[in-house]
Amino acid sequence: MKKNALGAIAVVLLLGAAAYAAFFIAPTDAKQGLIYRILYLHVASAWTGLTAFFISFLANLLYVWRRQLRWDALGVSAAEVGLVFTTVVLVTGPIWAHPVWGIWWTWDARLTSTFVLWLLYVAYLLLRTLVEEPDRRALLSALFGIFAFLDVPLVFGSIRWWRTQHPQPVVMGEPGSGLDPTMLKVLLFSWLSMLGLMTLLLWQRYRLEAMRGEFEIVRRQAEAS
Amino acid sequence: MSLLSNTTVLLGKELRTEFRSRELVTTTVVFILIVIVLFSFTFDPSAEESRRFGSGLLWLAFLFAASLMLQSCFLREQNNDTLSALRLSVADPFAIFLAKLAANTFFLLFTELLLLPIFAVMYNVPVLPVLHWLVLVFFLGSLGLSIAGTALSAISAQARMRELLLPLLLLPLLTPILVASTEVTAALFDRSPYVVWKGIGFLTVFDLVFLTALWLFGEYLLEE
Repeated sequence: MKKNALGAIAVVLLLGAAAYAAFFIAPTDAKQGLIYRILYLHVASAWTGLTAFFISFLANLLYVWRRQLRWDALGVSAAEVGLVFTTVVLVTGPIWAHPVWGIWWTWDARLTSTFVLWLLYVAYLLLRTLVEEPDRRALLSALFGIFAFLDVPLVFGSIRWWRTQHPQPVVMGEPGSGLDPTMLKVLLFSWLSMLGLMTLLLWQRYRLEAMRGEFEIVRRQAEAS
Repeated sequence: MSLLSNTTVLLGKELRTEFRSRELVTTTVVFILIVIVLFSFTFDPSAEESRRFGSGLLWLAFLFAASLMLQSCFLREQNNDTLSALRLSVADPFAIFLAKLAANTFFLLFTELLLLPIFAVMYNVPVLPVLHWLVLVFFLGSLGLSIAGTALSAISAQARMRELLLPLLLLPLLTPILVASTEVTAALFDRSPYVVWKGIGFLTVFDLVFLTALWLFGEYLLEE
């Protein structure tokens, strides 16, 4: 209990520091002005969401390989946490896009593939609600999770090649693009703080799922006897 | 070798069952026909507009049709409880998937080619000069639909509400196919048609990626 509280306090402090850095340390963008500061929430959440989905993918693979329900618990927890961060991305995106691009939404590669990714993981969670038996549910959703994750680069590639009207990648993009060094540092720090939040959420959700799994096993045994 | 011969035997079984009833192909043909007709009300179907929207219309219809058609893929085994027998009869369960996806590709392609002339006439899009390219795109696209669809239909068959679940799982997963094949088909419907090689390559890559995934993970899908 104490450890959890300490972890939560640490994450809150980290997020506070990231917010301070985003508002007061990072320089104001020459063209976009203040609004660009949403970048530190938007991009950091996007990277964190992808990290969570990647953890979910690894957990799915491990479940298929080892068949231990804890990997299933990790898989679903990471998918849910990833979905939360991706939702933040999809909400902050239009808020940023409207003043800067003049439109709420554009069907560009990253927006659209993030949305498809979001839909795939919603489908993953829906699938889980429709299979009763725990082992079966774990196996089927793990396999779907693997297929879904494999699909992500293909979705991104297809949309990027044929549905292009997007701004070129800024971070790790082509030469000539790039972020101001201070901005990049603040962004990486925001990402770090978000990863802290993700770890905290993931840990809590994982423990809940593991307890739920144990409860289900006990309940089944009680019903059987 | 045994994989190939097993697949051939199972494919024969799939085709024979379908040819006896012809239920699947008939309903899919009618379904796509309905979609093609209904679509004409959503835009002004002049020749020029049809060139622009026709390819997307066709592929959306194919996608929805596939998501309906592939539901019954494992239904017969499920209803008659013959999945274990089927599994025991082959050395490699991949043969079951190969046979099913080959049969599904065949049914889909057959339906698509049957409806292509009707589409061409109704929407005033000339298809004859580029027919061989269209067949290639339809084949690569349908193969992708069938690979992903057969795998996911093995998943949805084991869940509740499977009729609703399969489109939900399958359609977002098929986004790359929709984008690439629409693009290639649109270029073929153009006033001066050309081949989008990148798209054809992309479809091939999609098919290979999911075929490999199915080969690696397919046997777990059929676990009892």
